Amino acid sequence: MSGLAEWLKDGPLLTDGAWGTQLQALGLELGQSPDFWNIEFPERVEQVARGYVEAGSQIILTNTFRSNAIALEGADIARLNRQGVAISRRAAAGRCRVVASIGPVGKMLFSGEVSAEQVAAAFVEQIAGLVAAGPDALLLETMSDIEEARIGVESARATGLPVIVSFTFDTGRNRDRTMMGATPEQVASAMQEAGADAVGANCGQGIEHFLPLCRRLRAACSLPIWIKPNAGMPEVTPEGVVYRTVPDWFASHAPALLKAGASFLGGCCGTSPEFIRALASGAGEWRACATS
Amino acid sequence: MADLEELREAILNGDARRADSLTREAIAQGVEPLALINQSMVPAMDEAGRRFECEEYFVPELLLAARAMKAALEPLRPLLAATGARAAGKVVIGTVKGDLHDIGKNLVASLLEGGGFEVIDLGADVSPQKFIDAVTNSGANIVALSALLTVTMPSMRNTIEALKQAGLRDRVKVMVGGAPVTQQFADQIGADGYSENAPSAVALARRFAGSAA
Repeated sequence: MSGLAEWLKDGPLLTDGAWGTQLQALGLELGQSPDFWNIEFPERVEQVARGYVEAGSQIILTNTFRSNAIALEGADIARLNRQGVAISRRAAAGRCRVVASIGPVGKMLFSGEVSAEQVAAAFVEQIAGLVAAGPDALLLETMSDIEEARIGVESARATGLPVIVSFTFDTGRNRDRTMMGATPEQVASAMQEAGADAVGANCGQGIEHFLPLCRRLRAACSLPIWIKPNAGMPEVTPEGVVYRTVPDWFASHAPALLKAGASFLGGCCGTSPEFIRALASGAGEWRACATS
Repeated sequence: MADLEELREAILNGDARRADSLTREAIAQGVEPLALINQSMVPAMDEAGRRFECEEYFVPELLLAARAMKAALEPLRPLLAATGARAAGKVVIGTVKGDLHDIGKNLVASLLEGGGFEVIDLGADVSPQKFIDAVTNSGANIVALSALLTVTMPSMRNTIEALKQAGLRDRVKVMVGGAPVTQQFADQIGADGYSENAPSAVALARRFAGSAA
């Protein structure tokens, strides 16, 4: 049984929600990279992680999305990543799994801004930092470029840990393409071929638009599907930015997504521990859906 | 004039080197700079925009076409300057305060340059004061604001307010864009225009440049 098959033997798993907005509530300034808080304010990062553990997440991520040498030039990459995993581990305290988050490097391969070698070196360095603190799996998330993800998967696979890859579909008339134009079918087959252990979709749009994405990913490969939608489109009010989506409405979409083949479910931008709690309270029902 | 068609193709295919050499050849043969622009370059970018709308082109193809366009424009610059032709307009562009995302902004900047605009790119996480300084120093007539994060959208409003307070608001047209931005939001914060994607941002800037002239 591969690593993830073992994880999923009792059914789909509940992941976590957004971190950035939670950290902002604790004082993170806009424009500041959240990753630096792993060193500056580890206790606040741990508070966010613990919020998800207590809400019922069976998997939590790490605050390491941008911790690569291309996005954060000059930063102590090894330390940011090691600390990020260590913080989530402490918060998990054996109650849930820790999947280490790796975002895009932030520069585009096709335009020649970075070379494939530079991207590979950045991923390898980040992953070495993550692995030093012992995560349970590695997650490449919010990807838009198949080539970049392929390089990431190759670097991640070398560790022997399970590798999950998640793309953001937010482009095109039907919002079913990545920014680079890739379809769910292209993503699923390319990632399966690259040797990923799971593939998925996160961010980009609200949960009400994820069902077709989930179905199409599922139909195009034999991998478990990872789904982390946004809370919905926010509204800008005089009081600030407000997400109108309420946790119960968000959670009401879970059964259909699980029926469509989602094996991992959580939330991205705009979601909070309340959203995870709402998903967890319906967990019995959605387990039944997934196995029926 | 096979050259003009070939140049159009080179730009459309994002072949910057070929676009540059074809332009130089055409110049050597005595082709008028404006003929090159109007018969090859502008049609190439219009076609790239059309393909983007039809989902035949995505960000990579569009960006490469814009770069090829810029490469083709380069050898024309001295000739255009000699004829007294001016840039279509001067645009100060940046991602607003608090937002580090610059891919969309870079794309719009490249397309604007390809469209003949002079572009002053302030980068990402740009404070209102930096926009004010850039407008003051450059005499730009258009300000383009980008945001990817919903939480940084209020920085667009703050930038427009700051331009007002600095007495610059009437001197510039302000256009806004980015994934979470909508026409409704643009209206709410008093922007002059909104565009849904990069090619329509260029069309919008052309309209502004036309109305300002």
